[in-house]
Amino acid sequence: MIKNILNLGDAALYCDFGNDVNQEINSNVIKYFYHIKKLNLKGITNLTPSYNKLIISYDLNIHSFLSLKKKIENIEIKENKKLEKNLIKIPVCCDNDFALDIKRVENKLKLKSEIILEKFFSKNYFCYMTGFVAGMPFLGDLAQDMRLKRLETPRVKVPKGSVGITEQFCNIYTFETPGGWNILGNTPQNIFDTSNQSNPNLVNPGDTIKFHRITLDQYNEIKR
Amino acid sequence: MKSKDRNYFKILRAGINTTYQDLGRNNLYHIGIPFSGAMDKRNFQLLNSLLQNDYNSPVIEFAYQGPHLKYFGKDIFFCISGNVSFKIITKEGVIDGNSYQCYLLKNGDEVDIHSTNKSVYGYFSINGTFAVDYYWGSCSINTQAQIGPNNGNKFSKDLEIEVIDINNSFNKRKLNYLGSTIENIRVIKGTNYDYFSDSSQNKFFKESFKITKLSDRMGMRLEGPKIENIVDPNIKSEGLVKGVIQITSAGDPIIMLSDHGTIGGYPKIATVISADYDRLVQLTPGSNIKFKDVSLEDAETLYKLYQMETNNLISQIK
Repeated sequence: MIKNILNLGDAALYCDFGNDVNQEINSNVIKYFYHIKKLNLKGITNLTPSYNKLIISYDLNIHSFLSLKKKIENIEIKENKKLEKNLIKIPVCCDNDFALDIKRVENKLKLKSEIILEKFFSKNYFCYMTGFVAGMPFLGDLAQDMRLKRLETPRVKVPKGSVGITEQFCNIYTFETPGGWNILGNTPQNIFDTSNQSNPNLVNPGDTIKFHRITLDQYNEIKR
Repeated sequence: MKSKDRNYFKILRAGINTTYQDLGRNNLYHIGIPFSGAMDKRNFQLLNSLLQNDYNSPVIEFAYQGPHLKYFGKDIFFCISGNVSFKIITKEGVIDGNSYQCYLLKNGDEVDIHSTNKSVYGYFSINGTFAVDYYWGSCSINTQAQIGPNNGNKFSKDLEIEVIDINNSFNKRKLNYLGSTIENIRVIKGTNYDYFSDSSQNKFFKESFKITKLSDRMGMRLEGPKIENIVDPNIKSEGLVKGVIQITSAGDPIIMLSDHGTIGGYPKIATVISADYDRLVQLTPGSNIKFKDVSLEDAETLYKLYQMETNNLISQIK
């Protein structure tokens, strides 16, 4: 299932699963990721799954590129192995104070805000990967008529909990960071929990997300 | 704890970006947490060796301007690594200290770390341990994700730093070391090298780039000749590693450093080799970088040489 293994610098393998972004290719990446993680190979310092790549960082004192490449190439994973999937429900408030880009999205998609939100909440989303900042899930896919580009000028600060969309994806900002996604609402739920070191992420690659809409009162209730 | 039993430093001035660091945390990229850890691993290793501490003991890292610390407690030794100017203030007077040399501190003495010289990072530690909490096996502070001791924040004025496990059988040691510099930063061509025009590929290796002020523990932004992308200014977001050089949509290089975001969507033109990473991070804003292309095999050999050099320095500590 890995098409090609290249080097990324001198201390990482770059496993290429193809160029398309879809759940089938991504599920293969995730299967490899969990399988290699479980092997607990000495000298592997990080595994980074993404849409269609898996990057394996290693300790140069223990591995060389060629020796580790051979090890990874010899891994066999059953194609039909099922991916473990959790369904996670996440509340989102789309009050005006939170839906920072709803006007922009209305203009770009030429849809009324109520229609946009109805479409957004009617689908379940698949978690392709987590990262960039701690715990941030990259989810998809949005309906065809819900897709638009990033902001021309990214925000310097996107509030924590913001739920954004761009292209076929949506995400949740787990920290206040710079960012350019179109923000539709905000979740009061903590998506990344630093104090839970064994499982800090609420959402992990392969999980399914169901967003549901809440009122400002409900938002404040949960936040308390 | 009774105050007379405490051994601690009080921070009189925090410095610019002062944090605890160790070797960092592994196997968390997939949830978005980078390695972190001391930026300059060689100076980190030398400091713990000089102080006869465990190889992964916490140290205090500072950038440009260091902290001013006042010590309270029983006699202790400290040492500083990196190219650093500092003063030791005791009842007998004020002296200028030298890096890579251990000094005694008595109750009430102060260490004022003025600045790093022609470099960015310096390190401070003692013949004992700072009492820190561990997060995912590391005490490194990642201020961006607010992970680590001190609630994941950099040091601030009036913070008190507890010292435990002082090594009473410690003997003062030193190392004669002037640091190492190199002319070029060596890199391996990246996975998206062919996204860039022939003339831009040439420029990348022939011309020099200036390090801008927009550089910190997360990344180093460069400016110089614009690198022209002839395929696509974006790729599908994928994993990053430290040392990766991405080219932004504006055509400028940005190098991923120890606290970098774990995934990114800019094409990768090259990656800095592991052997040159410590020297890369010590380059100050305003200075120029020239990149040199090396093969993967050469990079692996150069890393072995770098390790030998570090071990050689450690063996010279007396």
